[in-house]
Amino acid sequence: MMLSIFVLKICRECFYEVFEEEIHQVIVQNRLFKSGERVAIGASGGKDSTVLAYVLSELNRRHNYGLDLFLLSIDEGITGYRDDSLETVKRNEVQYGLPLQIVSYKDLYGWTMDDIVKMIGLKNNCTFCGVFRRQVIAFPLHSKHSLFTQKFIIPIIFCFMPSSLIDFLKALDRGATLLKVDKLVTGHNADDIAETVLLNILRGDIARLSRCTSITTGEDGPIPRCKPFKYTYEKEIVMYAYFKKLDYFSTECIYSPNAYRGFAREFIKDLERLRPRAILDIIKSGEDFRIATTTKMPEQGTCERCGYISSQKWCKACVLLEGLNRGLPKMGIGRPRGNGNGDNKHTEAGSTAKSIESKQCGSLDF
Amino acid sequence: MQLTLEFGGGLELLCDSIKIHKVNINFPNESDILTVKDLLSWVRTNLIKERPEMFMKGDTVRPGVLVLVNDCDWELSGQLDTTLEDKDVVVFISTLHGG
Repeated sequence: MMLSIFVLKICRECFYEVFEEEIHQVIVQNRLFKSGERVAIGASGGKDSTVLAYVLSELNRRHNYGLDLFLLSIDEGITGYRDDSLETVKRNEVQYGLPLQIVSYKDLYGWTMDDIVKMIGLKNNCTFCGVFRRQVIAFPLHSKHSLFTQKFIIPIIFCFMPSSLIDFLKALDRGATLLKVDKLVTGHNADDIAETVLLNILRGDIARLSRCTSITTGEDGPIPRCKPFKYTYEKEIVMYAYFKKLDYFSTECIYSPNAYRGFAREFIKDLERLRPRAILDIIKSGEDFRIATTTKMPEQGTCERCGYISSQKWCKACVLLEGLNRGLPKMGIGRPRGNGNGDNKHTEAGSTAKSIESKQCGSLDF
Repeated sequence: MQLTLEFGGGLELLCDSIKIHKVNINFPNESDILTVKDLLSWVRTNLIKERPEMFMKGDTVRPGVLVLVNDCDWELSGQLDTTLEDKDVVVFISTLHGG
């Protein structure tokens, strides 16, 4: 078998070696892990996460990283897509010997993606899905108790209960305590990151642009996330999975044809055909972007409602959920009109569209 | 000539959800060689039952579709000009889906 990304002809066995060794080097040189860490592998059943689970588990053994690995899957509630791909992850659990945890939007937020799409239509679905996904593991509090309840009421109640009962209740509470994770690892590959750089440029999202090429993100938040495949081409991943006969699910999300990312992806693929190095070069450009000192950047604080990190009064997930629960699908989508400072006016009259659409696109913090 | 064609990564959905096709293809008129380019247009006409734009763009495969001829990346055997022989195995894998 031969591979041609950099006009390098290698046989199949060497390909496996080079592929695995490169990932190992990326992990070591970027100090992605520490021995003893409990690491969740974001597993969707797709090609990237399957290869990630396979390779990481193998490297963990071979090089003694000392990591406690498990698979973490998210069930967004998309019929005909997620239910099928979850079957694949359940097989991966058996094939790779890695325990599996599944967390669902329905449990956490009270809404499945199918419910959301019924309410908001086929545009902007990915905004909801992406925001909800990223807060699933760190602070899954939105549909449950208010911050006050968690920080004051629950501890007081617990004081008066036998510890066995407390343990039982804690196990039921589908909060962060159940997951106990030090780090999250995802299968984002070089193509994905190059697409994201382009997307952020196309949208003028400077805040995200400055973060999207980082190999580790969210270090100042509850759970850091890292991407060992940052420099790995999608093509290499697919070839590896094909030759190693790894079991993965390969259908597009039924809502994705309407996603803006599709344009960036099409462009990147055309570029890759003409000049394969373009993908890594785009990532390099993204890494070396420097923001002019006169540019105003959003400041990081915490969400008033749930405590998650946020550059606005309310985090995006809270805004979106509020919109859904109040039957206001446009809340949190698009740019504010009139209110330039992005202040939230949720407490007052939710009647006029102007006062509700307060969140700026590109002012999110993950 | 006889060829085995495999479709993966979701492409099989374009050919009645059948992943492996054993086919018999004639040489194009006035020619005694069959190239991958010829094969592609044959596939588009005879095997692709829906959404051909997912498989091909112009004369070649849609960017994002990998082609392997006898487990060898077609980029190294001349891409569209790769000549095919009897009993060859050609694999098409799409990379255009979630990971």
